Amino acid sequence: MSLRRVVVTGLGALTPVGKTAPAYWEGLVAGRSGAAPITRFDAGKFKTRFACEVKDYNPDDYFDRKEGRKMDIFTQFGLIAANEAIEDARLNEEGIDKDRVGVIWGSGIGGLTSLQAECIAFANGDGTPRFNPFFIPKMIADSSSGNISIRHKFRGPNFVTTSACASSSDSIISAFNYIRLNMADVIVTGGSEAAITESGVGGFNALKAMSERNDAPEQASRPYDKERDGFVLGEGAAALVLEEYEHAKARGAKIYAELIGGGMSADAYHITAPDPEGNGVVLVMQNALRDAGIKPEEVDYINTHGTSTPLGDGAEVKAIQKVFGEHAYDLNISSTKSMTGHLLGAAGAIEAVACIMAMQHDMVPPTINHFTDDPELDPKLNFTFNEAQRREVNIAMSNTFGFGGHNTSVIFRKVSE
Amino acid sequence: MSEIAEKVKAIIIDKLGVEASEVTPEASFTNDLGADSLDTVELIMEFEKEFNVSIPDDQAENIGTVGQAISYLEEHAK
Repeated sequence: MSLRRVVVTGLGALTPVGKTAPAYWEGLVAGRSGAAPITRFDAGKFKTRFACEVKDYNPDDYFDRKEGRKMDIFTQFGLIAANEAIEDARLNEEGIDKDRVGVIWGSGIGGLTSLQAECIAFANGDGTPRFNPFFIPKMIADSSSGNISIRHKFRGPNFVTTSACASSSDSIISAFNYIRLNMADVIVTGGSEAAITESGVGGFNALKAMSERNDAPEQASRPYDKERDGFVLGEGAAALVLEEYEHAKARGAKIYAELIGGGMSADAYHITAPDPEGNGVVLVMQNALRDAGIKPEEVDYINTHGTSTPLGDGAEVKAIQKVFGEHAYDLNISSTKSMTGHLLGAAGAIEAVACIMAMQHDMVPPTINHFTDDPELDPKLNFTFNEAQRREVNIAMSNTFGFGGHNTSVIFRKVSE
Repeated sequence: MSEIAEKVKAIIIDKLGVEASEVTPEASFTNDLGADSLDTVELIMEFEKEFNVSIPDDQAENIGTVGQAISYLEEHAK
């Protein structure tokens, strides 16, 4: 059986730098930071008091009150981005067989807001269990894919992948595989995360993973800068409609790009620390290149995981140099987390959208907040510092890595006949 | 309308997202006000909390309309 080709026919995004896919892209090219003091709760006593929130988010702008109340904020984010992508791809038009449309979503954490609220309410009570009947369905990570399918009556494969910050890259690869294997014709994929809560911020602070640059939030996420001190927590969602190529062509769908390869690997090293040699990261990029059937020299742009942590950034760069050799110097490399912050389980999805937009516009979004060169990093590499760079982008790769040692890499190409 | 009836109506309007004019004594939570099984569980819990009562499951099953909720609570509320 030959594998079927898979293309992208719809995009949606709800991010800290723009609340639709076009607005998100505009924010990236402008080099806009989404970081600001936390508004969701009183962070006065926290080590980190800023984050990349979705700005001025009000669920009433998107949902009637009864509907919004039954979804955790991470599911609300997911449904908003999915709705945009579904409309963009015109999936609700007649003639689409919804038995052949699936939803494979990614979330690293799920409904943390709901979990926290219910546990606090119980702890404050007299021991009588008064858990809300919507608590479990709001909290579980798969409520995102479930709600998207219910809203649009998509009856194909439906589940959520969870692999921390690689979650939505894994959902994209799963969707890719299900379509390639003829188990569905169209899959709405992507991811969403909303962990800017007391427990989310406090938990990541305890891991010493987050930047504590409270005096300059907008400059805190600075991948590849010598003074980087950790990631900046972000939130939001992005969605991609993946579709079998002939199916898309037959209905005259707009085709953004082709998804040509995906790779997965594990560090098998430590539950939170990256392997300093980057062995798992080398393996994942090699796996993705092999699946795509391309040579390393064909890649134009890598949207890196690059979270702005001291250890992780260096290990990934080392791995890129191992895999790409001399071609590493011809690549554009950038970490858009410098602007969006780290959306955890939604990172792979928003960065896949960034890669596709980069090909659409032949423009590489920047790594902002570069002030001081890191002597540990090869100065001949092009990190696309501070300003977007115009460049023909025919093939783009997106890397994401998650706590647990999960590594995922996906490769998109401009569509050829 | 009694104070209890006013509170019951307010809870129903809030939880089910319906208009006050729809919340008539005869209105059924599921048939008229769009509630599903989880909504009705949540309503009963809200009544228990607001009126400081414990409504056993076998009695909760008999509370299917606005009027039935009001009369049950007028009888049992502390």
